[in-house]
Amino acid sequence: MKAFSFTAPTTIKEMNEILANVTTPGEIHPIVGGTDLIEQVKTGRRSPSIVMDIKQIPEMNRLEWVSGEGLHLGAAVSCTDTAAFPLVQESYESIKESCGLIGSVQIQNRASIVGNIANSAPSADSVPSGLVHEASVVLIGPSGTRTIPLEDFFTGPGRNVSKPNEVVLEIILPPPPNNSSSHYLRFIPRNEMDIAVAGVATLLSLAPGSRTCTKARIALASVGPIPVRAKAAETFLEGKDLTNDIIEKAAETAVESASPITDVRGSIEYRKNLVKVLTENTLRMCLNSLNQNL
Amino acid sequence: MPKIRVSFIVNQEPVEILAEPWQTLMDALRENLRLTGTKEGCGNGNCGACTVMLNGKAIDSCCMLAAEAEGQNVTTVEGLANGEQLDPLQQAFIDFGALQCGFCTPGFLVSARAFLNENPNPSEQDIRFAIAGNLCRCTGYDKIVRAIQHVADSGH
Repeated sequence: MKAFSFTAPTTIKEMNEILANVTTPGEIHPIVGGTDLIEQVKTGRRSPSIVMDIKQIPEMNRLEWVSGEGLHLGAAVSCTDTAAFPLVQESYESIKESCGLIGSVQIQNRASIVGNIANSAPSADSVPSGLVHEASVVLIGPSGTRTIPLEDFFTGPGRNVSKPNEVVLEIILPPPPNNSSSHYLRFIPRNEMDIAVAGVATLLSLAPGSRTCTKARIALASVGPIPVRAKAAETFLEGKDLTNDIIEKAAETAVESASPITDVRGSIEYRKNLVKVLTENTLRMCLNSLNQNL
Repeated sequence: MPKIRVSFIVNQEPVEILAEPWQTLMDALRENLRLTGTKEGCGNGNCGACTVMLNGKAIDSCCMLAAEAEGQNVTTVEGLANGEQLDPLQQAFIDFGALQCGFCTPGFLVSARAFLNENPNPSEQDIRFAIAGNLCRCTGYDKIVRAIQHVADSGH
């Protein structure tokens, strides 16, 4: 592995002092789980001069519900700890499902949702779930913090809007809408331990005691250079009384938002069909969770 | 680049090593501490041959820097037996023939021990998901699953 120096600040102030000296993109790289980074350094995809462990900083370990703001999920909170948090299990089902799909148990015990987002792979399993829950990303650096919608975070495969001297502090998941449910499914050729050929998260909110859709969110992974929302399908669903026909039409509409490539994992046609199937299945899972089976 | 002094617990004993900043925990265990039960398979978090427990949880030691282990509690396959008394999982792997070449076995044993400590009454499917991060190219997994199930069923 290429040589680098290692530092482990214990406070935000100490971290910002280290980041203040950074000028070149990629010169410093934070490490949380390391499950992507170490492999990337070994294979030469990334070559930081400094690897900065941010897990000793208390703010990075925050997992806290704040009334009126939502759930603060710090950069260093592992997938395992995220999925075990009762509020995530109750109110952010798709996030919990994503946590259980990222790599193996060994990976989930180290890797974090924020790390999965910051690594910015188009196939990242947590991102569609973050998108349907309208997560925002809090970046921190010597010039302070800034908060941007997760939807605006990605700029390309492995790339995002963070500056060379910024790291992701946390994501914030706003309170889910009333009477809502979210689910994530991906397709892989194996049962476990693979990268999504396509992944879809949906969130549905229904008027009480009915199948009238008051809010729909659909997000797609692995079918474009960055994860995307399927906004046409969302708009199509909102305000409608959900029926089998409507669900099927929405799934077909979601395909219009996908711009996949053909590669070793699947062809364009196959991936588009997966978007349709996974959208329909996750919408039905949401209805099921809301006791409104069709 | 100066080496880093790292103090941590390995198999209930305090240790102190001098690690290169880029050295993985796996390499530190094998090279600095001569605990060669932990194996390198893929070196990128796919195969689980390097699995150790970090504070009781199974992790891939090839995907962690030795420097990150400061103050942490690590258990390797060498720490499973109590003196000459094998961990029931080790005995079951022998009894059920749950290994052939044995290269993946330390990783399976550590994964299974961490899993059973948290889930004493697993279903077969629970076991299969728990060891999904450990690859074996010769047993076909069934004997491994049966060995783990046997230990769970006998309450160990």
